[in-house]
Amino acid sequence: MSLDVKDIPASEAGDLGGIDHGKSGIRVLKNNIATVLIWAAFLIALIPLVWILWTVLSKGLSTILTVTWWQKDQSGVGAPGFDTNVRGARHAIIGTLEIAAATSVIAIPIAVMTAIYLVEYGRGKLARGVSFMVDILSGVPSIVAGLFIYAVWVTFFGWKLNAFCSSLALVLLMVPVVCRSTEEMLKLVPNELREASYALGVPKWKTIVKVVLPTSFSGIVTGSLLGFARVAGETAPLLILAQYTQFLNYNLFSGNMAALPTLINVNVPNMAGDQVSADRVWGAACTLILLVLVINLLGRLIGRLTRVKS
Amino acid sequence: MGKRIDVKDLNVFYGDFKAVEGVSMTVEPRSVTAFIGPSGCGKSTFLRTLNRMHEVIPGGHVQGKVMLDDEDLYAPGVDPVAVRRTVGMVFQRPNPFPTMSIRDNVIAGLRLNGVKNKKVLDQKVEESLQGANLWNEVKDRLNKPGAGLSGGQQQRLCIARAIAVEPQVLLMDEPCSALDPISTLAIEDLIGKLKEQYTIVIVTHNMQQAARVSDKTAFFNLEATGKPGNLIEMDDTQQIFNNPSKKATEDYISGRFG
Ligand SMILES: Nc1ncnc2c1ncn2[C@@H]1O[C@H](COP(=O)(O)OP(=O)(O)O)[C@@H](O)[C@H]1O
Ligand SMILES: [Mg+2]
Repeated sequence: MSLDVKDIPASEAGDLGGIDHGKSGIRVLKNNIATVLIWAAFLIALIPLVWILWTVLSKGLSTILTVTWWQKDQSGVGAPGFDTNVRGARHAIIGTLEIAAATSVIAIPIAVMTAIYLVEYGRGKLARGVSFMVDILSGVPSIVAGLFIYAVWVTFFGWKLNAFCSSLALVLLMVPVVCRSTEEMLKLVPNELREASYALGVPKWKTIVKVVLPTSFSGIVTGSLLGFARVAGETAPLLILAQYTQFLNYNLFSGNMAALPTLINVNVPNMAGDQVSADRVWGAACTLILLVLVINLLGRLIGRLTRVKS
Repeated sequence: MGKRIDVKDLNVFYGDFKAVEGVSMTVEPRSVTAFIGPSGCGKSTFLRTLNRMHEVIPGGHVQGKVMLDDEDLYAPGVDPVAVRRTVGMVFQRPNPFPTMSIRDNVIAGLRLNGVKNKKVLDQKVEESLQGANLWNEVKDRLNKPGAGLSGGQQQRLCIARAIAVEPQVLLMDEPCSALDPISTLAIEDLIGKLKEQYTIVIVTHNMQQAARVSDKTAFFNLEATGKPGNLIEMDDTQQIFNNPSKKATEDYISGRFG
């Protein structure tokens, strides 16, 4: 039996598996609603971000656009209300960078090696334990990390606080971040590459060093820089551990050292009545945002440039 | 070059799961042996026991004996890493190292095992690429990334990489199944040439390919999923395709399978 399409009434054609315009209309409507909802959610999420950026930039941009801000520290700063000079933040910028750099120097090797252990070697109880500890560590509130270092350094050993203590506390916060991102990158390396290397008679550790790490290098660098940016902006441990000073100090291991968060913290109490203090606060906030932004962009750029095409 | 492989009563396990049972076979030096059989019957698993690559998978282990000439691959004290330098492997999907140039890919095995002499390495690059019938196509771009080659060229690059470490045996696990027919022919030609020097074992899903390239053919089968795979029979390729002695073999090669 053969049916000619022309003989069938239009209403029945749909039932025979032709294109059903009724259902498709509903689907298009649903699609439009979902699109509108997603855009609305996106815009709502954007509001606070734009607001923060606007506030900080409008109040702080003029301060950080002066040369003094980058060249001078706060030496000579006078009592609030009597000092008409904003002065500079070089001491705090250098401090933040040095503290974050020292943190990275310690945290990145630990994190990368932990990730290598978990992805390449880890089996059984020990690996599950380590993975669990990394989870716990990433859930530790940053102020607790600061308290912990204080308890060990001052209460237990009786040593004098220095800027390196801040680095140690930040290590606790950076390790889980970099470890997790490195793990993800190592998992992305296809097993076939490891097998290709083993099949050439290359031992496992050499396969990891010469094949797996180079292949995931760009992702590891990106993750590490994102970790750097995260600890550069971290504040709570510094409130406990960092001893603010108005002077530039390059030495992590002796003397007090300023950081951008503590520069803000010192000036906040006076900002209501004193425009100069307020300028310092917003200038430091602006600098911090800029710093984090630049490092983030740098991380992504390096990631883009060194990415392995396969 | 090219050694004889002697397998006796080999069982292969993944943890508790027995994937292959009771395989005995002899592979003659400087010959091509094809493994055929349905998916999941343990061809790859068995092939990987010939250079202990199955041990890379957690829980992978064997019972039985594999002799390479008069060396027992599983004798205590034998280093699996050393075994893999003697028995090389080419995989289903071409897998050149993406961070390395064509040149560095070819000599990766030598480099990573500590050879530094530039003269030796340069000579090895040309020799191996000649050996893999790839030299003429890439000699002007040795410093370009290996990943930029076509699939067939990548696979020949992987073969060059494998023969650069001067193995005795070359294992190939469906080396053409990701390639177009022309690249496949190029690899088959290459296999014909390589067997003058190496003992070659190749897994293939393509029956014509087995018939074209191999001297001996081994047919693997499994009774049911979850059961271990077995070697049903192994014979001259002519014999297997024209006059197999087992009914299962005949059913499989005539397409009356399953
Ligand atoms: N990595 C693995 N872990 C556990 N079982 C595996 C693994 N690889 C293969 N198997 C099992 O071993 C059997 C044989 O597989 P395989 O050797 O890949 O077959 P073939 O190559 O003939 O298609 C199958 O039952 C498969 O599920
Ligand atoms: Mg297979």
